[in-house]
Amino acid sequence: METLEAQRVGLDAGDVSSRELVTRAVARARELADRLNAVVGLREEAACAEAAEADERHVRGQLRSPLDGIPLVLKDNMVQCGEPTTCASRILENFVSPYDSTVVERLRSAGAVIIGRANMDEFAMGSSTEHSIFGPSRNPWDTDRTCGGSSGGPAVAVAAGITPFALGSDTGGSIRQPASFTGVVGMKPTYGRVSRWGLVAFASSLDQIGPFAHSVRECAWILREIAGHDRRDSTSLPFPVPDFAEALTGDVSGLTIGLPREYFVEQGADPEVLALVRAGVAELESAGAKVVEISLPHTGYVVATYYLVATAEASSNLARYDGARYGRRASGVTNLEQMYRRSRSEGFGAEVKRRILLGTYVLSAGYFDAYYRKAQQVRTLVRGDFERAFEECDVIATPTCPEVAFEIGAKTDDPVSMYLGDIYTVSANLAGLPGISLPCGLVRGMPVGMQMLGRAMDENTLLRAADAFQRRTDHHARRPPEFS
Amino acid sequence: MSRITREDVERTAALARLQLREQEIEAMTRDLDRILDHADLLQQLETEGIEPTAHAIPLPTPTREDRACSGIDPELALRNAPERQGSAFVVPKVIEGQES
Repeated sequence: METLEAQRVGLDAGDVSSRELVTRAVARARELADRLNAVVGLREEAACAEAAEADERHVRGQLRSPLDGIPLVLKDNMVQCGEPTTCASRILENFVSPYDSTVVERLRSAGAVIIGRANMDEFAMGSSTEHSIFGPSRNPWDTDRTCGGSSGGPAVAVAAGITPFALGSDTGGSIRQPASFTGVVGMKPTYGRVSRWGLVAFASSLDQIGPFAHSVRECAWILREIAGHDRRDSTSLPFPVPDFAEALTGDVSGLTIGLPREYFVEQGADPEVLALVRAGVAELESAGAKVVEISLPHTGYVVATYYLVATAEASSNLARYDGARYGRRASGVTNLEQMYRRSRSEGFGAEVKRRILLGTYVLSAGYFDAYYRKAQQVRTLVRGDFERAFEECDVIATPTCPEVAFEIGAKTDDPVSMYLGDIYTVSANLAGLPGISLPCGLVRGMPVGMQMLGRAMDENTLLRAADAFQRRTDHHARRPPEFS
Repeated sequence: MSRITREDVERTAALARLQLREQEIEAMTRDLDRILDHADLLQQLETEGIEPTAHAIPLPTPTREDRACSGIDPELALRNAPERQGSAFVVPKVIEGQES
């Protein structure tokens, strides 16, 4: 009973209580802590009390949503009032939030039960969940390999059956890439669809919260609950939220799927990964979809563009960690300047410092035009690529990542090689588009993700195509042998 | 020749209020150089006259009525203070001169 849908059915039938589901999830998180390190903080007592309330609602027939009574974990960068939020950083080690994020408010009104916080790369900067004060999370398909990142903990929690769903955040692929590496579904909605209020900022023009689960249908349920306009986030989309699950008709006839030719060159990508994605697309073609080749001519430039824009925004966002009002303050400081420098230097890890420095450099006098402004202009060209592509197709299908999960430690000394792994995912953030990663098979025993991208604000078409794929295949039913 | 020197890293670290150890300066000099070397790809593109994108989904800046409302309870906000005195955050002395 490990999927959200199965738990829903079990709760509705009275076969299981929310208390039991929550107790079981907490026990499994503890049992797997040493081997996988997915969950970094539990709120057992509060979760059990909330589960008991959900059970009472069940008795009274007052179900709040399909998520009512179901346990989940949150990436440790979304604040909950009275609970720690660390961003896996020393600088926020002792931070306890004085308020709730919008997603937490909405999850509570939907009746979902947050059992704890999941591991991540520090401040969501990384693609492997290795840059964390809690140590790396591990991939349940092969514990010597990374689970991807930065939302590695939430992905592993779902993949290893700790909780049936989780929330992560995606700035350049941080939901889709770990979903791909761990064999689960991970979705990044359109920029602005889900409020960022209470999500610790990394790169504000790119950050977006989204769900992990085993099926597209479950993601549609979750998105329905967490999406919607929020006055507290000025970039939140002021549009009504459709009932995403209603769009899942299973019908893809008349739908055109575009394959970007630049993504399928076997240069730097594992040919077996490309073959599985092609097979996945062929599945949709046999179901009645039309497949066309499209071109995204600026693909070779997206990683550079992304890392300039994202680090510039990060250097500005992370300026707030000054040791004055919250977060770590270095001890024995005698003046303000020293307090800033020592608190920040002791509090941030190497990857965060690297990105703050890069961002500060590209924003500094003399380099702004050559790097930052240039990247913003290329961002316009990347958006244009997608506008033209979506004149020829409704959904774009690609690999989520060029390869399967790599070994822990394999890329820690080579940031550029780590960054280049994001080539297929960063564009959706640069262009603000919704994207989803779906399991589409195994290569040498490791999961492969197929990514689908849709038009901005049109999650419905994207989810319909992705759900149609899952109705015809059972890749998403596969579980890591040692953790099933 | 490297485009990034250790002086660049030291100057940038000072702007970012970071204090790097000797080892970190060396590693950051090497890493930033490699990253910017890759970023130089963008110089191949002609971007004259192209509008920069700050936000992918352009929305007009929303406005609201300027009305007073309550914020976070000060006691709650101060709970994370590294050092506090009454209802104030304590920081090292900012203004030089007179002893109090």
